[in-house]
Amino acid sequence: MEDSARSLMARLEVDSVHTYYGESHVLHGVSLRVDAGEAVALLGRNGAGKTTAIRTIVGFTPPRDGRVVLDGRPIQGWPSHRIARAGVALVPQGRRIFAPLSVRENLLLGARPGAPAAAPVAAWTLERVLALFPRLRERSQQSGGTLSGGEQQMLAIGRALLTNGRLLVLDEPSEGLAPIVVREIGEIVARLKGERLSILIVEQNYHLALRVADRVYVMNKGQIVWTGTPAELEGREDVKRRYLGVA
Amino acid sequence: MSPARRAVVLVALGLGVLAVAAFPWVAGNYPVKLLQEILIWGIFAMSLDLLMGYAGMVSFGHSAFFGIGGYVAALALKQSAGVVSALVLPALASGLAALVIGFFSIRVGGVYFIMLTLAFSQMFHAYTFQVAWLGAEDGLVGIPRPTVAGVSLATTRSFHLYLLVLAGLAALALWRIVRSPFGHVLRGIRENEARMEAVGYAVGRYKLLAFTVAGTLAGLAGALYAQFNGSITPDAFFWTTSGEALLMVIIGGVGTLGGAVLGAAAFILLQSLVSTYTERWMLILGLTFVGFVLFAPGGIVGALRGRLGLRA
Amino acid sequence: MSAAPGAPLLSIDKLARSFGALSAVAGVSLAVGRAERRAVIGPNGAGKTTLFNLITGQLAPSGGRVVFDGVPVTGLAPHAVARRGISRSFQRNNLFPGLTVLESLRLAAAADGRGSYRLFGDVARLRAPLDRARETAAAVGLADRIDAPAGALSYGEQRQLEVGIALATRPKLLLLDEPTAGMSPEETDRMTRLLVGLPREVTLLIIEHDMDVVASLADRVTVLHYGEVLLEGSFAEVKADPRVYEVYLGSA
Repeated sequence: MEDSARSLMARLEVDSVHTYYGESHVLHGVSLRVDAGEAVALLGRNGAGKTTAIRTIVGFTPPRDGRVVLDGRPIQGWPSHRIARAGVALVPQGRRIFAPLSVRENLLLGARPGAPAAAPVAAWTLERVLALFPRLRERSQQSGGTLSGGEQQMLAIGRALLTNGRLLVLDEPSEGLAPIVVREIGEIVARLKGERLSILIVEQNYHLALRVADRVYVMNKGQIVWTGTPAELEGREDVKRRYLGVA
Repeated sequence: MSPARRAVVLVALGLGVLAVAAFPWVAGNYPVKLLQEILIWGIFAMSLDLLMGYAGMVSFGHSAFFGIGGYVAALALKQSAGVVSALVLPALASGLAALVIGFFSIRVGGVYFIMLTLAFSQMFHAYTFQVAWLGAEDGLVGIPRPTVAGVSLATTRSFHLYLLVLAGLAALALWRIVRSPFGHVLRGIRENEARMEAVGYAVGRYKLLAFTVAGTLAGLAGALYAQFNGSITPDAFFWTTSGEALLMVIIGGVGTLGGAVLGAAAFILLQSLVSTYTERWMLILGLTFVGFVLFAPGGIVGALRGRLGLRA
Repeated sequence: MSAAPGAPLLSIDKLARSFGALSAVAGVSLAVGRAERRAVIGPNGAGKTTLFNLITGQLAPSGGRVVFDGVPVTGLAPHAVARRGISRSFQRNNLFPGLTVLESLRLAAAADGRGSYRLFGDVARLRAPLDRARETAAAVGLADRIDAPAGALSYGEQRQLEVGIALATRPKLLLLDEPTAGMSPEETDRMTRLLVGLPREVTLLIIEHDMDVVASLADRVTVLHYGEVLLEGSFAEVKADPRVYEVYLGSA
């Protein structure tokens, strides 16, 4: 990918972030980064703090300390809608599609045109999303609530893509899905690499995350405990056992 | 509450009761009538507050029991003008009605409960509006004042004291109920019904009991209303009667009991005062209500507590 | 009537629940012994909370049986299950926001008495629930916050109250759904010590993701995966089992 194209893609830096739920200190100095065009995975068991990290980044739970920087601009403390407009596209945990609305309405609800600097062909349109997800095209008039889990996940991804954000954040896209569907979702996310997107994916499913990621962070009890490439993690049985398996 | 403060409150309460009791001796007919109406609606509103403010059940059909109390009292008093007709039969009838209506309505919650209770009260309205034996649109008139313990309540003063005693008993009963183990269960239900179930309370039964108690007291208020006016019409069943009680509870302060009486007073006084100046008193009342909801959601009692710095 | 001394306190036989085509719990059988501390673990979507909901009556099963202390309790309403001696805490705080710690615990402690229907009478006169409320507050470490409204507590304290409310009913079996969810390491430590310190008269069945808590607390561990029991054993056995490891990593 040429440098000019890469410079259009989002860079995210999370710097020593401390997040609290009330008085409960949940994230302890978490730092991570997603470079332009990179796909980064955040792994860890439930309760490790992965979702809290995402909530901190997208503005649902602002940090008490530390910074979140998007393309050089600090966004911590911004309201979520402003962070979304700045180019962060969230695929939330549990899909959270709008059940009474049709597939088409779900997709178009948050749709925004691509940034003028990007060539028109790079922008996400309804047509492009439906081409990526033929199953959604078949069901475009169906109400969101009648879709299966996997289809809802595709819908949630499509909805995020249509906001034409430059940082795609996926929070546990495989949760609650059958193994076959998980594989399908994994392939789709892998295909999204190479589009003009930086990707941050939070996952419990190690295999899915590793298929997609250029780099990996492992979290435990509100801290980053390991970082490296997927290949390096593959070789670290101790890290996998302690933080991803059952101790 | 410190003993000193308690003493002050009791003295203030005592003086208030005395003032209310003495009213017919010091004031003219119209103010006395207003006060009596406040007492009657105060009972009605307090019974609704038990449901809304303590059990968390918003009913829009409370007029059903008000009306039943009124009509049963009217029919009974015309036969025999004693305590049984005036109080016992109306209370029993409205209590029974509350048991039946409650049995069906409590199965559902939220908006559906509101609609079901509304539907029941409107059914009663439709019936009484149409049937001749209940006077149709005109209702029943010529209801005699009862004779209680040998004393005829036909005079203003004696009726006034009778009302005061009953209002006082109703207030006392509700005050005790709210502090009782049962009252605490109701509060738990209002705070988190699902958790109460999970902890072992048969929530439906408690709600039904609360609904029945509230309905019985509302019937009592309706009976007194019939005795006060000497007549009763289908309006007693109409949804606006339920709505007015709701307004009184909210303006006075939900979940405070005393607030319901203050809300009744505010409503009735506002109605009487403003309507001497303009026909649009309903508009003024509506704006007042909106004002309370926006700026004083705790109602009159909430605002007073804030001013006096008392713990909420 | 209660089960014979050697018999399990809780016996679940092929319990199942589907939501349309999705089998959330697909035939789970397990037995928990008296005074046992059993942990239920498994990746997301394994059906752990659904299993709890089936046991405590928040959900009706599509198949299978639950027998508690020798008595079948399958499909009973939540309050009836609680009356039999099973109490639970919830994954997300399920408190009484406007009530104080004492009032919340007192309500829970009074749930088994008939006194609660009394329309007249002073709540303070019923000593037993009040005493038990204070004991429970002390047991969950909230003795010095006893008059604080639930809304004023810190998140960790709220989780403690969440467990306290379930504990105050003096259950024979206590189901805890991720008691340390969202807690800081210090709070987790405190909760673990609290749970370890509970008397053995209270049998524990606990869903957890924090493996340190499981290691400190559990006598036995049941691993759920896609609504089925994958494996049961001591924590050490489960830890070492390659299938469990695979399941947690997502089995490709």
